[in-house]
Amino acid sequence: MDLNKLPKLTVSATPHIRSKVTTQSIMRDVIIALLPAAVMGIALFGPTAALLIVISVASSVFFEAIYCKLAKKPSTIGDLSAAVTGLLLAMNLPASAPWWVPVVGSFVAIILAKQLFGGIGFNFVNPALAGRAFLMASYPNEMMTYPETRFGVKGILTNIDALSSATPLQQIKQTTEAIVPTSQDYLNAFIGNVGGCLGETCAAALILGGLYLLARKVISWHIPVFYIATVFIATVIINAIGGDSFHRVPVYELLCGGLMLGAFFMATDYTTTPMTNKGKIIFAIGCGFLAAIIRIKGGYPEGVSYSILIMNLFVPLIDRFCRQKTFGYVKPVKKKGEVK
Amino acid sequence: MNLHSFKRGVHPPDGKAYSNTKPIQILMPPQGAELVFPLSQHIGAPATAIVAKGDRVLLGQKIAEAGGFVSAPIFASVSGTVKAIEPRLTISGAKVNSIVIENDGLYEEIEGLGTDTDYTSFSKEKVLEKIKNAGVVGLGGAGFPTHVKLNPPPENKIDSIIINAAECEPYITTDHRLMLEKTERIVTGLEIIMRLHPGSKGYIAIEVNKPDAIEAMNKAVASKPNIEVVALKCKYPQGSEKHLIYAVTKREVPSGALPAAVGCIVDNVNTVLAIERAVAKDRPLMHCTVTVSGDAIKHPGNFQTRLGTDVAWLIEQIGGFKETPAKVIAGGPMMGTALFDLHVPLVKTSSAILAFTEEFATIPPASACIRCGKCIDACPMGLQPPEIVSDANKKDYDAFIKHNGLDCIECGSCSYACPAKRHIAQTLRVGKREAIAFSRNK
Repeated sequence: MDLNKLPKLTVSATPHIRSKVTTQSIMRDVIIALLPAAVMGIALFGPTAALLIVISVASSVFFEAIYCKLAKKPSTIGDLSAAVTGLLLAMNLPASAPWWVPVVGSFVAIILAKQLFGGIGFNFVNPALAGRAFLMASYPNEMMTYPETRFGVKGILTNIDALSSATPLQQIKQTTEAIVPTSQDYLNAFIGNVGGCLGETCAAALILGGLYLLARKVISWHIPVFYIATVFIATVIINAIGGDSFHRVPVYELLCGGLMLGAFFMATDYTTTPMTNKGKIIFAIGCGFLAAIIRIKGGYPEGVSYSILIMNLFVPLIDRFCRQKTFGYVKPVKKKGEVK
Repeated sequence: MNLHSFKRGVHPPDGKAYSNTKPIQILMPPQGAELVFPLSQHIGAPATAIVAKGDRVLLGQKIAEAGGFVSAPIFASVSGTVKAIEPRLTISGAKVNSIVIENDGLYEEIEGLGTDTDYTSFSKEKVLEKIKNAGVVGLGGAGFPTHVKLNPPPENKIDSIIINAAECEPYITTDHRLMLEKTERIVTGLEIIMRLHPGSKGYIAIEVNKPDAIEAMNKAVASKPNIEVVALKCKYPQGSEKHLIYAVTKREVPSGALPAAVGCIVDNVNTVLAIERAVAKDRPLMHCTVTVSGDAIKHPGNFQTRLGTDVAWLIEQIGGFKETPAKVIAGGPMMGTALFDLHVPLVKTSSAILAFTEEFATIPPASACIRCGKCIDACPMGLQPPEIVSDANKKDYDAFIKHNGLDCIECGSCSYACPAKRHIAQTLRVGKREAIAFSRNK
C-alpha cells in the first residue's frame, strides 16, 4: 500500500474508543429483564395478558413514531425506550382491562409525559407511571378489578374469607382481623399466584430480572436495596407506633403489590432518578417511606407508583445537593470581610 | 492480593496482546532520510536553534538551546547536514519551527559522548545539570522539563519517588517491554532520583496486566529495602499522575497543586531511563521507544528509533498496513492525537503510533443524554460531567469554575462510558480553555 496515496484519515477529538454500551443496548437489557415477569403474567392470567402487552408496546411505539414524524424530529423508536415504556405500562394493568386501556395509557405516557417535554432524557416523571396514574384516576373500575389467577387459589390470603376485592393488599386494607400469612401465602406471593396487575405479582420473576440488570450493570444496587429495606423498616415503625390498630406483616408486604416491579424497574429509570449514588439513596428512602405510608394510611391499597411519581419531582433538587466530592477539592479560604 | 487503585474510572479493552510479547527492535533511519526536530516538543518556552542551514552536525550534538528555565535543549539524533530551519507539520496538526537534518548515514558521534561515569560522586546540582543538558522531559506525554520537576521548591519535602509503569492506555506496551529488557537500568535511574531527595522511598507502580514485569522488577529490587514494587488494579486512567499518587500513597494532590505538594515525584519508565542515560552514561535524549499497533498494522511491535524520524517511514519499514487505515493515532486511543498526514516526525513524547480500520474508527452519532449517570461513575476526578457540560454549553463560565470544571484532566472516561455517545470530554476541553480565557479577562 502506498503510504502517499492513503484515503483521507478520520480526525476526531479524544477518546478514540467508546464502550459498547448504547442507549439501545440498555433498553434491550431492560426488556430482556422484564421477560420472565411478562411470561409469568401470561402463564398466570392467560392469553388476554399477552394481548394487552402486545397492544401496549405497539401503541407506545406508534405514538413515539407519529410524534417524531409530526414534530419533524429524527425517529427515536430505534432506541427501544418507547417499547420499554409500553411494556412497563402493560405490566401495571390488570389482565382483565379492556383493549383500549393500554392505548389511552400509552398516549398519556409517550405524548403527554415524554414527548411534550422533549423526548427521551427530558421527561420529569416516569412515563409509564404517569400513564398508569392517569388510568387509575380516570377508569378506576377497569384499573382496580383484578381477575383471579388460573391456578385455583383465588389470589388472596388463604386464611381469610374471600372479600369482593382480590389483591392481598386490598384485602389487608379492608379486613380488621389480624393477618397471619401462612407459608402457602408466602409461596403464592413469591411465585405470583395472587391477584394483581399482570406483571407485578410474581416476585420471583421480577427479582430474577432485577439481578440480570444488576449483573449487566444497567442499574446499581442502591435504589432497589434502599427502597425495599425502607419499606420494611417503615412498616415496622408504623406497626410499632400504631399499636393494635395496624397489623402489617413486614416481610409479606415486600412480596405484595408492585414493590419488586417498582424497586427494580420503575424507580431505577435513569431520566427520572438522581445521578449520583448519594442522591439515589435519598431518592430510594423517600420512595420507601411514601410507599409504606400510602399503603397503610392512604386511600389506595397500593403506594408504589405514587411514591415513585412524587419522588420523581424531587430529583432536580436532590441532584443539586448530592454532588460527589471532587478529587483533591480544597475548600476556598474566605478572606476576612469578604461578602459572597 | 490487595491491589492499589483509585475511585471510579473505566475499563476499556486493553489491546496489548498485539505487541506485548514483541521485543523492542532498533530501527535506524537510512542515509538520505530527512529528520525533523520541532523546536517545541516540551511544555514551556520553545528551544532556540544554535545551528544554521548548511552546517554539518554530529550525532549527539546540541542543535537547539533551552529557551528559558522551563524549556529543554534538543540534540541531533543522527550525523548529517542541516537542510533547513522552517515550520514543519507536527503530530499536533500545527506547523512548528523545526530543524531539518539530512542523515548522512555515518552516525558519527560527537566527542565525549557515551562515557560511563561514576555518578555516585556527583552533587545534586551536577545531577540536575546533567539531566537538563541532556534535554530530558517527561516522556509520558506531557513533556514537562524533568530538571524542573526533580527540583521542587524547598518547602516541599519529597519522600516518595514513584515510577509510573501503569501504562493504562490501551495498546501501548513500551513501558512493559522496557521493564523486561532494561530492568536494572530502570532501578539505577530510580536510585539517581532518590539520591536527589535523601531519605525518600522509591515505588515502581505497575498494573497487574503485566505480571512478568512485576516479577522482573521485584527480582531487581529484592535487595533494596527502600524500593517497593506496587501492583495496581487495571483501570483507566491509573497512569494519571494524581491517581497514581493516590493509589500508591493514599494522598490526594490538592486541586491546582503539583505532586510535590504531597511529597511525591512521578516519572514514567521511559523518563527514568532517559535520566539514567543522561547521568550514568552521559548521553542526551536522542531516541524514542514506540509501540506501532492496531488492527490495520501488518506486523505490530515495539520499536526504538531516532527522534525526528518520519512516522510514514516507520510504518513502511515495519511492513506497512494490513488493511486500509481509517484512523491513525499518535499516542493511545484514549488521549492520543488523530493524524491527518503521516509525514510528521516522532518527538520526545511519542509513545505509540496506532492505525485502525474503518470499523474501529467509526464513532456512532450522539443522541440525547438519558441521565444515566455513567459519566459520573466514570469520572476519576469526582466531577459531575452533565452539570459542567451544561455550564459550558450555556457559556456560564462562573458556574463552570464553581463546579470545579477546571479540575477536569481530559482523560476521556466520561465520553468512553456514555451510552448516548455524547462528546462530553470534547465539550469540557473546549469549556476549560474558554473558562480560563474568561477568568483572565474578567
